[in-house]
Amino acid sequence: MSNIKYILGSFGDPDEMLTGIKKLQENNISIYDVYTPMPIHGIEAKLGVKRSRLDIAAFFFGITGTITMLTGVYLATVVDWPVNIGGKTHFAFPDFVPITFELTILFCAFGLVGSYYASTHLFPGRAPRVMDLRATDDRFVIAIDAKQNAEHDKIDELLKSAGALEVKHNERKYVSYE
Amino acid sequence: MAGHNESILREPLITGKDITYAQITEEILSPVENKPNKAWWIGFILALCGATLWIVSVGYTFWFGIGSWGLNKTVGWAWDITGFVWWVGIGHAGTLISAVLLLFRQNWRNSINRSAEAMTIFAVICAATYVVSHMGRPWLAYWVLPLPNQFGSLWVNFNSPLVWDMFAISTYFSVSLLFWYTGLLPDIATIRDRATGMRKKIYTIFSFGWTGSVKTWQRFEAVSLILAGISTPLVLSVHTIVSMDFATSVIPGWHTTIFPPYFVAGAIFSGFAMVLTLLLVVRKVLGLENYITMFHIESMNKIIILTGSIVGVAYLTELFIAWYSGSQYELYAFQNRIAGPFAWAYWLMMTCNVISPQLLWFKKIRTNIAATWVLSIVVNIGMWFERFVIIVTSLHRDYLPSSWTMFSPTWVDVGVFVGSIGVFFTLFLLFLRVLPSIAIAEVKMILKSSSEQSKMKLIKEGNLDKEQVQEYVASLEKFDSVKQEEYAKI
Repeated sequence: MSNIKYILGSFGDPDEMLTGIKKLQENNISIYDVYTPMPIHGIEAKLGVKRSRLDIAAFFFGITGTITMLTGVYLATVVDWPVNIGGKTHFAFPDFVPITFELTILFCAFGLVGSYYASTHLFPGRAPRVMDLRATDDRFVIAIDAKQNAEHDKIDELLKSAGALEVKHNERKYVSYE
Repeated sequence: MAGHNESILREPLITGKDITYAQITEEILSPVENKPNKAWWIGFILALCGATLWIVSVGYTFWFGIGSWGLNKTVGWAWDITGFVWWVGIGHAGTLISAVLLLFRQNWRNSINRSAEAMTIFAVICAATYVVSHMGRPWLAYWVLPLPNQFGSLWVNFNSPLVWDMFAISTYFSVSLLFWYTGLLPDIATIRDRATGMRKKIYTIFSFGWTGSVKTWQRFEAVSLILAGISTPLVLSVHTIVSMDFATSVIPGWHTTIFPPYFVAGAIFSGFAMVLTLLLVVRKVLGLENYITMFHIESMNKIIILTGSIVGVAYLTELFIAWYSGSQYELYAFQNRIAGPFAWAYWLMMTCNVISPQLLWFKKIRTNIAATWVLSIVVNIGMWFERFVIIVTSLHRDYLPSSWTMFSPTWVDVGVFVGSIGVFFTLFLLFLRVLPSIAIAEVKMILKSSSEQSKMKLIKEGNLDKEQVQEYVASLEKFDSVKQEEYAKI
């Protein structure tokens, strides 16, 4: 066997790429990942990417914001420094609705985006792990682990028959470190 | 996406023949990857002059204090808060376009959301500078934060709308920034993968290592949807809270329950006007006519008629309630607006915000680029005067006739305002140079379903209802970027 690590099928059209995925899966060839310049709906189900739980996380981040604001404002206006404003109640709840709402949104947004970045390993300065530089431009790339799938010629043929414009045999996993 | 076609009756969102994915990248990135043209430099130098004026005026204010403005004992708020509310209002369209239109699945948002969001962020920055510069002692600006007593102040007054406003504006700014930046990641990665040398290094840092794998895209869409869901009430809450700065006071003319919806409608109105003012120039100068089409312009104009009419109804309701409430002070405040010494400002506001946008009911006008551009500027002027009228005419004749006075701005007032426009355009023009002005990935998403070429293919296949095709072809007449000869042949 050669030193080929990954086989990349580079498509010019998303529909052809979907055909490619279908053909590979029919032949029990496992797909490592797919890189596209835009989201392709329905593809995650085919590749077994689970449903995102970010919505649940967002809810709990939001609730944390709500509780933080209500607790904070209670501590400030009732416990720490109660101010008598015409004998009105110290904890004037309706007045605190706007700020509680704002803090809920703030916590929710930051928590959500933070978890998204963490779960997909995005952070400033991270070295991009790119297999094909055109995958962010105009190519839809299917990556197949060459070590796990031995029948390289068959993979080539399947990709080509699905309409791949180019099939690459990469000896390095990522081209972006070069 | 794949598999099913959009109805032929829908107008195309991308025009032009044989547009490929590579071409979309190329065309949208051309201002980022090439040296700027003369138009950009002229605009940028003008904007920089404005920004310099802003620095001078704000520096002067900081050095000599708020006394350098035209304020007096009776009119304690004037151009500063007018400018603040104006900018915050303008800052509403971006998030509205990216959030509300996403929830409603309006695909036409895809080619205008990026620059509208950038505009939002820069407008909110301009608004925030007003907040700081009108404080008198701006070096103590952090006192608006809820800090405990050891800092020398009591806790902030959590019952005060000004404190709510601080929470609202800072939340709005940071959430808009997150929304915008997360949406930018795939496009920054596109620039990164095409760049070399130093540029590549810089864009690598800012692309956060984006690759476009299945999981990242799936999570990306989930995040966008949730952010849209929480930004929609946020955008409504922000201007609601801004309006409460006035509405919770006891000044006649401010003390009205109509303010929140009226301000929110006005904010969307002025925001869309500013988006049009900017994008009509951008599409021409950067040659993006195929992506920002006549359909986009017309849709925005329709939103402007709607919100402009809501604002008009609000003005009339205010007048009616001033009379119907039986409160003589309220009635006087409005009589003074209509016929007092600042009546010229009131009627300018009425003309620009209520009467002239009604011209957009005419299809000829709302599909005419020059007319639309002029009207969008008229709306911006009108909305500035709306805030001026609300603020100054309510204050300048207060409860004690002996303290009645007029307001006239000093050069510093004018300098801060004109300067803030300069700051805004400086930031916007820099944005056009370093980041893609259209969301590349999102435009690519609709290429196969909503473009002129995909519809052309459907027509050529010939399985469509003839009447619908005719209606579609007729709808294309208004597009300045569509070649009619192609359709004459079919």
